[in-house]
Amino acid sequence: MRILPSGSTALLVELADLEEVLGLYAALAADVPTGVVDIVPAARTLLLVTDPAATSLSSVEEAVRATEPRADLGGWGDLVEIPVTYDGEDLEEAATLLDCDAAELVRRHTGTEWTVAFCGFIPGFGYLTSPDWAFEMPRRSSPRKKVPPGSVALAGEFGGVYPRESPGGWQLIGRTALTMFDPARDAAAILRPGVRIRFVDEDAPS
Amino acid sequence: MTASVTVLETGLLTTVQDAGREGEASLGVGPSGACDRASYRLANRLVGNAEDAAVLEVTYGGLRVRAEGDVVVATTGARCAGCWPHNAPTALRSGDELVLGVPASGLRTYVAVRGGFDVETVLGSCATDTLSGLGPDVLAPGDVLAVGASGLPMPGVDLAPVTDPEAGDVTVLVTPGPRRDWFPDEAWASLVEQPWTVTSDSNRVGLRLEGEALERNRTDELPSEGLVRGALQVPPSGTPVLFLADHPVTGGYPVIGYVTDADVDRCAQLRPGQRLLLRESDLRGRRRG
Repeated sequence: MRILPSGSTALLVELADLEEVLGLYAALAADVPTGVVDIVPAARTLLLVTDPAATSLSSVEEAVRATEPRADLGGWGDLVEIPVTYDGEDLEEAATLLDCDAAELVRRHTGTEWTVAFCGFIPGFGYLTSPDWAFEMPRRSSPRKKVPPGSVALAGEFGGVYPRESPGGWQLIGRTALTMFDPARDAAAILRPGVRIRFVDEDAPS
Repeated sequence: MTASVTVLETGLLTTVQDAGREGEASLGVGPSGACDRASYRLANRLVGNAEDAAVLEVTYGGLRVRAEGDVVVATTGARCAGCWPHNAPTALRSGDELVLGVPASGLRTYVAVRGGFDVETVLGSCATDTLSGLGPDVLAPGDVLAVGASGLPMPGVDLAPVTDPEAGDVTVLVTPGPRRDWFPDEAWASLVEQPWTVTSDSNRVGLRLEGEALERNRTDELPSEGLVRGALQVPPSGTPVLFLADHPVTGGYPVIGYVTDADVDRCAQLRPGQRLLLRESDLRGRRRG
């Protein structure tokens, strides 16, 4: 772990990999150090934003160093089911890229328990990962100018759901009718760091 | 009857702003809020508002509004042309207009009304985030803004003795950022020694600076990481962006340094063409690690 300076109000904690990020995030989110107003997980880092009137960067640094990362992340966050219609424009191509057919891609996607590792890009956009998802999905060579809201997508090692219409280069495999981000809702974002996700095939025979 | 304010003209850009959305960055929601926080807080104090009440942020003057009912207002930040007291509370009678001309120096003027503008909040804030689109729409002629109930006593000052935003070169302090080591010492020296010019594609997201490009000693891709206001991020062009209120919550280019938090407010008053001098803060030696 390295702690890097980020101005007079924040610290950047650099970790070895995403798993370490999630482990430390889980521990810090459960017991937020005094004066820390925001914790922003990313692929290799955690940014701790402080209220300088309430703490000092050195005491936050001490608190972080004294925090034991959570080792067992199974069953940590809430589990949310996201119903999906798997008719994405890129479904066939995405399956080909993973050397399988569309039905197999859907089976793998629904058979994986995902965790929201971090958010970014636009409000409510979560980057989903899973130790059971060992696939690497190339991005589209030319990004779409408009990806419809609710699009369920894959790129790199990540899964995701577009919370609103936006440009995007991820491979679209399906869509959900859920409103992923609604600022008027108590929990504005369905995808918050630590939340576990299962995708459910709406068209599967029950 | 509660008072309101009718927007007649907005100039280049007028938005509703407040203290912003703190604590939502982990959802991908940036802080937004007033760009020049010191001027914003002063405007509210002058009319006896809570320091986080909603105000108007006017970019390069040009705002014209009409009071519908008697109101008390104050303007702070960039001092706009027109026969108008600045940094001072002033009464507007129903039907009176507040007209802001072009400022002599500075870029952003804050207009507070006693009681605050009563605007619907999104995630706890009325701020218009121009990057994410959260918050109320950018103001347009014809908009009517309700004025809230006044709560606190008036401060009992006629005029706040604050200096106007600087014209000409502005000097601010920087400290090394998390990716200082992605740059050779020559690049850091170049950052803190050359004058940077603010370009016209600067906005509430950030100031784009023009100057001699900074070289990197690492060319690999940086996984996106969290950043805050004041970050000096260096994209592949080599010329830094100084992030302001509507900054993205994470960025994929290395942050070489940070402008000291208090100095970021002064940067928010810089106009295109003005020069920014970044000087190394001696805080650097005091940080361990």
